[in-house]
Amino acid sequence: METKPLLDLKGISKSFGAVQALTNVNFHANVGEVMALVGDNGAGKSTLIKGIAGIYPFDSGEIYFDGKQVALHSPRDAAALGIEVVYQDLALADNLDVVANMFLGRERTQSFWRMDEMSMEQASIETLQSLSVTSLKSVRQAVAGLSGGQRQAIAVAKAVMWNSRLVILDEPTAALGVAQTRQVLDLVKRLAQKGLAVVLISHNLYDIFEAADRVTVLRLGHNVAEYVVKETTQQEVVQAITAGKIERVPGMKEAEV
Amino acid sequence: MTTVPETTPTTESPLFGTQAQQSASDYLRGSLRRIRGGDIGSIPIIIGVIIIAVIFQATNSNFLTARNLVNLVVQMAGVTAIAYGVVYVLILGEIDLSISYVSGVCAVLMVLLLHPPPEWPKSIPAMPWFLAIGIALLVGLIIGFVQGKIITFFQLPSFVVTLAGFMVWSGVVLILSGGSGTTIIQDETVLGIANAFLPQALGWLAGAAFVAVVAYTQIAEMRTRQGKGLSTRPLSIILVQTVILAVIIAAAVWICNQDRGVPFVGVLLLIMLGILSYVASRTRFGRYVYAVGGNKEAARRAGISVERIRVIVFMMSSGMAAVGGIILASRLRSVATNTGGGDLLLNSIAAAVIGGTSLFGGRGKVSSALLGSVIIASVNNGMGLIPNVSAGARFVVTGLVLLLAVIVDALSRRSQQQSGIR
Repeated sequence: METKPLLDLKGISKSFGAVQALTNVNFHANVGEVMALVGDNGAGKSTLIKGIAGIYPFDSGEIYFDGKQVALHSPRDAAALGIEVVYQDLALADNLDVVANMFLGRERTQSFWRMDEMSMEQASIETLQSLSVTSLKSVRQAVAGLSGGQRQAIAVAKAVMWNSRLVILDEPTAALGVAQTRQVLDLVKRLAQKGLAVVLISHNLYDIFEAADRVTVLRLGHNVAEYVVKETTQQEVVQAITAGKIERVPGMKEAEV
Repeated sequence: MTTVPETTPTTESPLFGTQAQQSASDYLRGSLRRIRGGDIGSIPIIIGVIIIAVIFQATNSNFLTARNLVNLVVQMAGVTAIAYGVVYVLILGEIDLSISYVSGVCAVLMVLLLHPPPEWPKSIPAMPWFLAIGIALLVGLIIGFVQGKIITFFQLPSFVVTLAGFMVWSGVVLILSGGSGTTIIQDETVLGIANAFLPQALGWLAGAAFVAVVAYTQIAEMRTRQGKGLSTRPLSIILVQTVILAVIIAAAVWICNQDRGVPFVGVLLLIMLGILSYVASRTRFGRYVYAVGGNKEAARRAGISVERIRVIVFMMSSGMAAVGGIILASRLRSVATNTGGGDLLLNSIAAAVIGGTSLFGGRGKVSSALLGSVIIASVNNGMGLIPNVSAGARFVVTGLVLLLAVIVDALSRRSQQQSGIR
């Protein structure tokens, strides 16, 4: 299934002082697909994600979004394009209920500075239902009482609610048990089915082979490989993560490094 | 957005769907389950008030007289107003130790503006009451702004900054009132704040208006929620609650009317409670205060200006301290070098905490300040009615009540965590 890329990065480089974090990296995320981003610690995954989110702008390279060249200089630029990042540490306020968390910072208001609780509650329920998140007792429940998987689902739903087009999930299953991991991976797949482009960062090959359509492997800040998940094996991906040689990149056009 | 082709989930909970029309018995069963799970709300405080009333009534039959109950309202008013502001600071997860002397500074300033001491330059005329009160409130807000800015700009703990404020403002009270010692208030309007009572008919009218407003908002909200297919409390429950509220308010007005009438300051306390509760629970600003108190980082990532929220909350606590100081000055009919001192600070913070506001931030209600104040004022008032009880014994009992309240709160929170409500 060859779809057009929603996000297309070409020749991205980024250095922090003397440290070259990313060198001439290409990356893309297609509409309706889950693109996994893997690599060992220090491979440059976080740097790439933070660049896409506008937190640390790239030094050089071209960014195309929906076919048009764009600049990502601040988180606001990213949000305006519809790029939402769900970070590992979730950023939920435990003492607030589900609705309050999903609308935090973007509350709807009506007369007398009053928040429009009812429309927010409805929108939250609709979003959660559209993602088939049905294990909550009530959307008026405080987040502190939820399980890890439910919390992750809320964080994802929060990111999806804002007409987002590209959702980046940073290790969404890192702290979860088997059943909850399953739920979250199902949720990830549903996001892609809804027509979003999804980037899934994970250390866990099981997650990737379960949920992703493609996988991009980074090693020491370089592209090592990109595979279609259905056409590769876990051994091949592990090989690329741990020992992939930059000169021997399969399928990379300008392997001039 | 396209809908997902997905097998329909079979385990849809009744609370979470659109068919959430629960009956009265369902609702009661749900409440009972929550209480068993540890979500006890204000039940312990109400039980505490009843126990305190029974004990003191048994010791001295003057405790439950109309005269004493009206006195109680007037006595607790100043501390309650200050404690309203404390609740906001505690929800934020901060503390403000300067409030007692901020209230002192504002009260002394107001009185001096009303009655300029002879050593002041002749160019400062005696001001009318509204200007004096307005300037005192403004100074309260400015003090809060400065303290809040120092805390956020230098990233200092609020404990230390407001402790410094405590010392500074206690000194300012001495400096301001030093020349004149005790100053008697002569302005009738200012004296009226704590010493005026509503005529009987007006008392009934105010009570009826209060019940009507509460009932109207409840029913209107229920109607709209029903219209949108969201879960609601059953109408019968709302009606029962309204009747209970009406009986309580009617009893209160009736008791007050047996004596001098409903104290004006009591109405003032309820109005402030209404406004501050609305701000805390219905507005964006209030939501952000809870969010910052619960998870500062989450609030920041959500685009909330955390620093701005914190400064505004410190302005609110200083502003409410000024209100409390003015009420206290009006009740005592004077200010002196010790205005704002004594146990005022500890009582104000204790009132908020006894009422159930957490010291760790993110949890609490403005109404907890009122409930906690009722407890503290009842203990103080009741102990005062027992002959041969020293001030020392009063402190001991108040301290034990505070300890008990915090223990009950901790236990309820633990069982809530276990039953998964929070």
